[in-house]
Amino acid sequence: MADKLITAAIVVVVVPAVLIVYIWATEQVLRFLPEGRKPRVRPWLWLGPALAFLAVFLIYPMVGTFVRSFQNHPGTEFVGLDNYAWFIGSSDALSALKNNILWLVFLTLGVVGLGLLVAVLVDRVRYETIAKSVIFVPLAISMVAAGVIWLYMYQYKPPGAIQTGTLNAAIGVFGLGPVPWLQVQEFSVNTFMLIVVMTWMWTGFAMVIISAALKGINPELMEAARVDGATEFQVFRGIIFPLLVPTLVVVSTTMIITALKAFDIVFTMTSGNLETNVIANLMYAEMFKFSQYGRASAIAVVLLLAIIPIMVFNIGRFRQQEAVR
Amino acid sequence: MSRRFKWLMPITVVALVLGACTTTTTGDGKTVTVIGTWTDAEEAAFLAMVKPWEDETGNTVKYQGTRSINDILAAGVPTGVLPDLAGLPGPGQMAEYAAAGALKPLDDVLDVSTYTSETSPGLVSLGQVDGKTYGVFIKAAVKGLIWYNPQAHDYSTSPPATWDEVASMGAANMGDAESLWCLGIESGDASGWPATDWVENILLRQAGPDVYNDWWAGNIPWTDPAIKTAFETYMEVVDHSYGGGTNAVATKFDLAGDPMFASPPGCEFFQQASFITGLGAFADKTAGTDYNAFAFPAFNEQYAGAVEGAGDLFGMFHDTDAAKSLMKYLVTADAQDIWVQAGGALSANKNADSYPDDISRTMGGMIANATSFVFDASDQMPSAMNAAFWSHMVSLTAGQETVDEALAALQEVADDAYAE
Amino acid sequence: MTAVGAPLEQAGLRVGWLARHRIGLHTVLIILMIIWAVPTVGLFVNSFRPATEAFGTPWWQALFPPYHFSLENYEHVLSQSNIGTNFLNSLFITIPSTVIPIFVAAFAAYAFSWMEFPGRNILFVVVVGLLVVPLQATLIPVLSLFASWGIAGTFPAIWLAHTAYGLPFAVYLLRNFMGSLPREVFESAAIDGASPVTSFFRLAIPMSVPAIAALAIFQFLFVWNDLLVALIYISLANPDNLPLTASIANLVNSTGGGSEFLGAAAFISMVLPLLVFFGLQRYFVRGIVGGSVKG
Repeated sequence: MADKLITAAIVVVVVPAVLIVYIWATEQVLRFLPEGRKPRVRPWLWLGPALAFLAVFLIYPMVGTFVRSFQNHPGTEFVGLDNYAWFIGSSDALSALKNNILWLVFLTLGVVGLGLLVAVLVDRVRYETIAKSVIFVPLAISMVAAGVIWLYMYQYKPPGAIQTGTLNAAIGVFGLGPVPWLQVQEFSVNTFMLIVVMTWMWTGFAMVIISAALKGINPELMEAARVDGATEFQVFRGIIFPLLVPTLVVVSTTMIITALKAFDIVFTMTSGNLETNVIANLMYAEMFKFSQYGRASAIAVVLLLAIIPIMVFNIGRFRQQEAVR
Repeated sequence: MSRRFKWLMPITVVALVLGACTTTTTGDGKTVTVIGTWTDAEEAAFLAMVKPWEDETGNTVKYQGTRSINDILAAGVPTGVLPDLAGLPGPGQMAEYAAAGALKPLDDVLDVSTYTSETSPGLVSLGQVDGKTYGVFIKAAVKGLIWYNPQAHDYSTSPPATWDEVASMGAANMGDAESLWCLGIESGDASGWPATDWVENILLRQAGPDVYNDWWAGNIPWTDPAIKTAFETYMEVVDHSYGGGTNAVATKFDLAGDPMFASPPGCEFFQQASFITGLGAFADKTAGTDYNAFAFPAFNEQYAGAVEGAGDLFGMFHDTDAAKSLMKYLVTADAQDIWVQAGGALSANKNADSYPDDISRTMGGMIANATSFVFDASDQMPSAMNAAFWSHMVSLTAGQETVDEALAALQEVADDAYAE
Repeated sequence: MTAVGAPLEQAGLRVGWLARHRIGLHTVLIILMIIWAVPTVGLFVNSFRPATEAFGTPWWQALFPPYHFSLENYEHVLSQSNIGTNFLNSLFITIPSTVIPIFVAAFAAYAFSWMEFPGRNILFVVVVGLLVVPLQATLIPVLSLFASWGIAGTFPAIWLAHTAYGLPFAVYLLRNFMGSLPREVFESAAIDGASPVTSFFRLAIPMSVPAIAALAIFQFLFVWNDLLVALIYISLANPDNLPLTASIANLVNSTGGGSEFLGAAAFISMVLPLLVFFGLQRYFVRGIVGGSVKG
């Protein structure tokens, strides 16, 4: 019991204290440096903890992964680009890649678009908190529960039997036959059904962030435009949207990366069968089920390479932003 | 600002020191740490099973149940952070962990001759790698039983013995059942496994145990005519199943038998393993009156008595004295009797006999007395092969692939997976 | 603001337009809310029904007589042997794992936004790029590290891990927010002789409260709902420290039965993150940053 109480004390009091003390201490340390040196050393002291964490927990494993991707199954010798060749030659991998592109485009569009819509609309009603909560709840549900919920929603029973799935029951009202939603491979319908699930969960995420940014826009700007006769739509397009663009870039970038890493929904609902597979599921299988660390590492490196264009875009945006500031 | 925070320094130092004192515990002489796949009611059964050992030796068993044993052990084996004993996902993984040097051989721990005589031979050899025993079965199951509802028609006195008899007697006694078979192959990450059970049982009785064993070992191609025939027979079953392949893919395996108890019934027969008795609609019903089973029918006279089984494999990672003692205890009939009594499980030990009902007793006897006993084929394949098998069964059943396409694709995976 | 002195016709036009458009506004919002809520409501209703009914019949049937509601699913979940301990463990794991990354990211974000140093943008993009590192790729190397440091299975180990995993997004979000704060505020503070530490705590942090609140909500949520990280870093070494998510995952046994309890478990587990969400809503009000975003 004393053990747990000590842990509780550390948790609540000590942890924040240590962090505050650290940054205060850096300033004390800097006192010993000449005035000119301070601004050159200071950023690194402020960045230090973050960089340390990232180096140990993300960079170090990633370097190991990179090296591993050139090794064979037991990790005893180097096989050059064999694992990458396997990836390009594997029809499963290419099918998964195609699905990831669908995820990338539609998840991002869906989440950012709907998140923006809700954030803007909800700003103007009195039941703002309730509306935001309803959209947010799906994110609070764990992935497993979301999988269970939508397996119910998509449930299929043979024609003639009572439809227990909400979607099939709904279209049944219009006389349309039950559809095995998660099985229809044509036009990637089943992949879209999975994207719907993730969109449902993550719109709340975009909404919260965009809403926070929205609150930071000076209301006087908008009022002035309205007084000058601008319609709501013109206010949105001319004032609100441009000011939200940096935030939208952040949310979009995050969603694109989330789409590339999409795993839990596919794993829980279809296990990647029937042409719904995605890269992250493939990597998980190779690493944890087949112990093919070399191949799994190659997939991880491919993921890393895939986001380079997005990162380049982001650098461009920062340079722009800073020029204006 | 600086004055306000000066008092934080000593507290920080003290707390950091205290914080370092949250220690970890691993199995010491008196505690044995165990990780297994059993949770909820199964966990209770396992804990009941080890209680007599705890009382007798004064040691404690610290058991942790998890569904993700694969992930955990996959991380534990390379890093060396492991429990004393663990349930192993299957013979394939057992071989891998043994090769990595993580599993300890059990030949010095168990009384090997007693163990061998008390356990079904098939199960004994499955736990061995290069002649050394690394895994033992503490729970078993029979696969390929045909379940039916005696209220609809009672087959207990003269069950159908051949595949043709199942078709003819089934058709004759169907009543107002919609179709002959119930089928459900959805199972989350493992979707497709009930269909692999179908193919395995068909193949075993069509082509015999030698072909069966050659097949999972990768010595016969998937495109071999014997394999193809087995697959085609399975597709016939799909055609005669409730709701067809689409419904089979959409229905969870544990609920797939429920239409058998509806009125009018959705189907007459349901093929599943012995552990179905604790799941779905079976769980609330009484053995014998509400449900009963007969053995998988024969195709070929000479392979009639073959049985396919499966089981829960157990291995040892740290050979502490307490761990060894527990391992020895777990393979005894007394220990396995406890679990068997709780229901839903069969014993790997031939002498266990506290079955709660006649049906379980018969099934337990099947394992002990089978003329030829084989273990679940897909469990013994390399994991990549196993996963591809499951996945293609789903595509096949859903009608998205032909048998030839599936077999060709599976052979491609085999070429890669068995090459190691 | 000259709304008061606006010409009558203009005011009349605007009110009419607004009245019409507010119905549209409300309709769209209400429809979205219904679509969003229906799936969850379905699970909620089913969590109060026994398993045989929940799987055999559609959930909306339960809303008509005869009513067969029961609390058996919730009772089953709450009577799990370790649920109390695991709930406490979840708290011990989640709170520091939320607090630490916020601080560490805030320091870094401030440095990226308001301090000049060579390679600033490239380094920042590298940090953000680390968002794509798949969690699974880090599990085995990091577990090895923990084992060699002797902290595998302890709370501090998992705090460190979650902090690192949450940093890329946290730095990205906070830097975006802090970077858009008005330059004049910091410049005048510097002229008045304030040290960067003072500017940070007295200016940057208070003005970034909405972003910090958003971050706190998400990090709390992700850590609270996390299973894999806890499983790998804790199960093997010290299962006494497992969080609530592990208890919930174990409701389904090895053959797949027990999935009827997942609904009840999901709602029990959801209470705390939702409370955090509601609690932090008051930081999402207009006026805290007031006028900081430039037109």
